Amino acid sequence: MLRYFSFIFRSSLRNRRRSLLTIASIAVSLCLLGVLMAMYTVLFLSTDATPAQALRLVVHHRVSITQPLPVSFEQRIRQVPGVRDAMIWQWFGGVYKDARDPKNFFARLVVEPDHFFNIRSELTMPEDEKQQFIHMRSGCIVGRKLANRLNFKIGDKVNIQGDIFPVNPELTIVGIYDDPTDTEEESLYFNYQYLREALGGNSQQDLIGALSVEADNPNDVPKVAQTIDDMFANSPYPTKTESEKAFQLSFIAFLGNLKLFLAAICGAVTFTILLVSANTISMSVRERVREVGVLKTLGFTRGSILGIIIGEAVVIAGIGGVLGSLLAGGLCTMVRNFPFTAAFFRNLFFTPGVAATALAAAIVIGIISSFVPAYSASRTSIIDSLRYAG
Amino acid sequence: MAIPIAYNLRNLVVRRTTTVMTALGIALTVAVLLAVLALVSGLRTAFASTGNPLQILVLRKGGTSELTSAITREVFQDLKFEPGIAKNASGEQMASLEMVTVINLQSAENPRGMNVTLRGLNPIGIEMRDLKLAQGRWFNPGHREIVVGKSVANRYPAARLGGQLRFGKGLWDIVGIMDGGRSALNSEIFGDLGQISSDFNRQDGLSSVLVRAQDRASVTALVNRLNDDRRLNVKAQTEQAYYDAQTVSGAPLQALGIFVSIIMAVGSSFAAMNTMYAAVARRAKEIGTLRVLGFSRGSILFSFFTESLVLAILGGLLGCVLVLPLNNVETGIGDFITFSEIAFNFRVTLPIMAGGVIFALFMGALGGLLPARMAAKKEILTALREI
Repeated sequence: MLRYFSFIFRSSLRNRRRSLLTIASIAVSLCLLGVLMAMYTVLFLSTDATPAQALRLVVHHRVSITQPLPVSFEQRIRQVPGVRDAMIWQWFGGVYKDARDPKNFFARLVVEPDHFFNIRSELTMPEDEKQQFIHMRSGCIVGRKLANRLNFKIGDKVNIQGDIFPVNPELTIVGIYDDPTDTEEESLYFNYQYLREALGGNSQQDLIGALSVEADNPNDVPKVAQTIDDMFANSPYPTKTESEKAFQLSFIAFLGNLKLFLAAICGAVTFTILLVSANTISMSVRERVREVGVLKTLGFTRGSILGIIIGEAVVIAGIGGVLGSLLAGGLCTMVRNFPFTAAFFRNLFFTPGVAATALAAAIVIGIISSFVPAYSASRTSIIDSLRYAG
Repeated sequence: MAIPIAYNLRNLVVRRTTTVMTALGIALTVAVLLAVLALVSGLRTAFASTGNPLQILVLRKGGTSELTSAITREVFQDLKFEPGIAKNASGEQMASLEMVTVINLQSAENPRGMNVTLRGLNPIGIEMRDLKLAQGRWFNPGHREIVVGKSVANRYPAARLGGQLRFGKGLWDIVGIMDGGRSALNSEIFGDLGQISSDFNRQDGLSSVLVRAQDRASVTALVNRLNDDRRLNVKAQTEQAYYDAQTVSGAPLQALGIFVSIIMAVGSSFAAMNTMYAAVARRAKEIGTLRVLGFSRGSILFSFFTESLVLAILGGLLGCVLVLPLNNVETGIGDFITFSEIAFNFRVTLPIMAGGVIFALFMGALGGLLPARMAAKKEILTALREI
């Protein structure tokens, strides 16, 4: 087959405009297919949590994350065997400046500063800033990317208007943290004690949203979850404890049936590429019926003619696939660095696995789409093909 | 003089394999766009048909949703007798104090469970909404009984008439299924205010108040008066404005869908261009003949351009046919304001389909212009000499 390669290559160059258009069309569609597959992978197939994340669990009310738990659960959970540490984890929400500007949206969470860096062990921040965060009650820390986006510096005041809580915190930035795993640098954290005092005698004072728990080792995680849930099963506040990864995934389910949506679009795109490729190959075969007759007269077998035509389709689809993969890689980088990208797509990488799948798809599409025209060309008799008027 | 369009139509028929393949490519692109638009349109309809223009929703100042709002009974008592609030037939003030929370129900689609809105209210609250009972009866005040929306009943196996749900402090009997037309209420569960608030320990921390103004003219005045009253410390807005804002829940899917269909459209335009170049190449002699017969370059350009548009319209119509089965299919997505699932039906409307055909025309125009120009530029003699 390989000795025909230069012949195949030259035939695909014969109608340059057509080949270029087909390659462009396949490249664009394949780029899309690649990005969608990368999205699917990052949302549904990437189970590998970072080592720090693999240790963490989230405890929340069994009915819903919006229902509170009593703050006293924290002490009881710290006693559970296999638990290294536990911390209050409360979504504060609120409004920062003008909420209509998407730039002003970022996550605002309430935590316990003296436990925060034990549990979120992957985050780094200078020691003096950590101490400031622990000791200054109205202190808050922000992620590096958030700080860059909104031009926050240490010492800046941040005023937030509460919506879930009837409290308007006036905070001072005491530290900027970095995340070497590059997944979470866009939140603001402030002190639980500040919120608790601001709430005063309000009924919400002794209630918290959720707890973040760190296990001693990843193998203990399921057992710890079971122990915690059993402990509170018959209390007025039954809990649900799940790994942090599983907890994050439950928010994706919230977006609707994204799995079906992505799969359906991937299907439509693949089928479109198939059509484009089949159309091109049958056009070029139709133009070359006489040529095939000449090849046969020269002694080329049916098999090699079949191979040559399929080879041409594979070359065109393959070039389209390579270009499409390059485009997809670029697009994924763009999505990752776009300022308003949802946290999940911060990890949108066009991995070698996805690239290989996309390329394989291109080649399979090339083979399938050219099989029918190639087969019928190889079956046409010499006389018929030489007589063919075009 | 224009070349008859029948010439183009016959050409498309003669080269039917190519025509069908190109049209199908365009059709799939259009179908993706239409599916997304139908989803957003369904979502919008659900929210648009929920709000009554005469009704005002009152939340705590700073509250953005019923779920995070808190209203006490004292505030309700003060608010209830504001001037401008309508009375029902039996002379009762049309103001409904309600408690909203979410519970988690499992379904085949979401084995991990999905949030569903649970609303505690008094009979006046039901009267103020455009609701019918599809099956069963309404809950009795003071009983642990609930009525589920028809979408909830369809989507969650546990929420069937005669069954029981466990939340709060125990089991609740499902005594009815309500039908709110196309509205978002189909995705909610209703129960008695007193029972539900005591189960969730929120006898005094309720969520919202719904009031009906006497007439259209008094709506704005009432909204302004409630917002300005420092003693009440509440945020009032029309029910319609509140539900309109929730349409943003469809934005992530809409953005993804439009992004995908635009990229697909670029690919399909290239494919259409390919087809049209081939059409021009194969008909060189015909073009020469037409020119000899006296047709101008302009009419050749117009004729091939039209052929490309016809091809695109064919694709566009095929795309419409492909998405039609989706019409009225029920689906659900998470609503970021109520933090629960809203169920709605895809709506493939005529304007949406017209939009799809126009989108296809764009692809046809992009793909057809250059080949048509090439056809028009051919010299008569070279064209006739080509094989």
